[in-house]
Amino acid sequence: MDKFTSHTGAAVPLRRSNVDTDQIIPAVYLKRVTRTGFEDGLFSAWREDPAFVLNDPAYAEASILVAGPEFGTGSSREHAVWALRDWGFRVVIAPRFGDIFRGNSLKQGLLTVELPIDAVESLWARSESDPTAEVTVDLAAREVRAGASTWAFELDDFSRWRLLEGLDDIGLTLLHADAITAFEAARPVYQPVVA
Amino acid sequence: MKTLAQKVWDAHVVRSAAGEPDLLYIDLHLLHEVTSPQAFDGLRMAGRPVRRPDLTIATEDHNTPTDNLLTIADPVSRTQIETLRRNCAEFGVKLHPLGDPEQGVVHVMGPQQGLTQPGTTIVCGDSHTSTHGAFGALAFGIGTSEVEHVLATQTLPQARPKQMAVNFVGELQPGVTAKDLILALIAQVGTGGGRGYVVEYRGPVIEQLSMEGRMTISNMSIEWGAKAGLIAPDETTFAWLKGRRFAPQGDAWDAAVEYWRTLRTDEDAVFDREVTLDVSQVTPFVTWGTNPGQGAPLDAAIPDPESFVDEAEKAAAERALAYMGLTPGQKLREVEVDVVFVGSCTNGRLEDLRAAAGVLKGRKVADGVRMLVVPGSAAVRAAAEAEGLDQVFTEAGAEWRFAGCSMCLGMNPDTLKPGQRSASTSNRNFEGRQGKGGRTHLVSPPVAAATAVVGRLAAPADLV
Repeated sequence: MDKFTSHTGAAVPLRRSNVDTDQIIPAVYLKRVTRTGFEDGLFSAWREDPAFVLNDPAYAEASILVAGPEFGTGSSREHAVWALRDWGFRVVIAPRFGDIFRGNSLKQGLLTVELPIDAVESLWARSESDPTAEVTVDLAAREVRAGASTWAFELDDFSRWRLLEGLDDIGLTLLHADAITAFEAARPVYQPVVA
Repeated sequence: MKTLAQKVWDAHVVRSAAGEPDLLYIDLHLLHEVTSPQAFDGLRMAGRPVRRPDLTIATEDHNTPTDNLLTIADPVSRTQIETLRRNCAEFGVKLHPLGDPEQGVVHVMGPQQGLTQPGTTIVCGDSHTSTHGAFGALAFGIGTSEVEHVLATQTLPQARPKQMAVNFVGELQPGVTAKDLILALIAQVGTGGGRGYVVEYRGPVIEQLSMEGRMTISNMSIEWGAKAGLIAPDETTFAWLKGRRFAPQGDAWDAAVEYWRTLRTDEDAVFDREVTLDVSQVTPFVTWGTNPGQGAPLDAAIPDPESFVDEAEKAAAERALAYMGLTPGQKLREVEVDVVFVGSCTNGRLEDLRAAAGVLKGRKVADGVRMLVVPGSAAVRAAAEAEGLDQVFTEAGAEWRFAGCSMCLGMNPDTLKPGQRSASTSNRNFEGRQGKGGRTHLVSPPVAAATAVVGRLAAPADLV
């Protein structure tokens, strides 16, 4: 996973709530067996509308997506995270995220930041009046800074450390392989095996 | 002083350290073709084996046709299925492919073989893994990175969730199903209402439900954001499991049941939050919008977005009605449909097919309406045919299909066309979920069948 310490970039205002993962990337794009190249599926239905914000060339360079509450609800498809990353996003800011999407994002170096709705409204207004206005998302300080405003955000220490160091979860877990083996030796015999 | 979910959690902690998530052992890992290829690739690149192929099982469901078992016309879909077959062969994972008697929707396939057992931890790269919570298992959906993690280590690092009780009180009214209950609950609590919680569904109404009904409830836990949705195992659970292929046998059965009986929330356990649903107020329930929380009783009218206090909800309702082609004040019973879909991991089990067939028997699907009946698994299909349900469906003019996810998710050939409207027993009414431009109303199996007959949203009681 790529390390994430701090990121500064322009923001796209996505004034929608309940942006489910079927909107982020419809199932028809999930037939592929690769892990990259999903940007063509990102918001593909909404992008057919010329007025959709991602079609506005003013936001072509933006790397931070700012959305309404309940972003990433629904399906567990990690393709939603891959599509956002492949498009060029490093951060999504929203008041609340779907749990599985959030977990997936933090494993793929896409930082999902929860800010209250008034902060989101302020960021929307700011990037609508100036699409090039920069926002800094500082993971080390757990702060979002935009112009004169600063908002603190929460992220548990463990997730933050993994992102700052760009650590691979499987490698971390395998440090405890002995504990896994010991646990397995004590499992009850009545538990099912598929063979 | 523990909840059911805490008991299951605590029995699976491999390692616990301050400031870190618990490392949880996973008893059963279910795989399908869509969310696994990149995980197997990751193993291959790192030179890692599947740690416990004996706790891992795969099936083909999301991306498969349901009109035949032999030909996958779309080459990209075919490649994905073939990739699963190659990966399972290479890593020694058991697979139920198309044509296998146990093939089916992953959340129907596991329980029907007795693999889903009380007190176990179950994961799958699919958000509806919550289904298995109906057995008192701690079951939740994961992403592909986590699929790879479980394949490699048979564990998952997980932060301890909060605990919520959902208390179903009051008496169930005639004609009301488990699907109506869960749709009514989601409308009450909202799509984010369960976020951060493992929930337990409780109360006499839950205890009276069959395992199929309980699975319908647990299945939709994710639709209100809950991590998992458990129901305490009881005699209904044990009777359902006994004799199934992978259920314990002999002395092991007795030992298992003795343990399973301990899997109840302690009297003095404290939930972080409690929610109550008065089921005596629930009547057949349908959705009108584009998320599962946008639902109303079938007796009601389409709400006016202006009636929502919350600005975000108001905007979401306006957007939903525009997408759905509906107007405020329009009676739900006046909404005409083009397609009716009975199936999915929510309502694709034998009891669901019986309920739909019970309504359709001796009746006809309305002119201009297409009805698909898609069993949740090949075994459900065989059982339904053994009781002649297939004949009821075909005589009514419905299509009797092979098992798969079918029209639930707009990925395989079964999709809505742009602008088409469906009544669907599935779990998501998101924009485009059943096909680009498709409009979905979530309903129970009896409402689906009555709707097929009338051509408009209807309950069995509306039929002459």
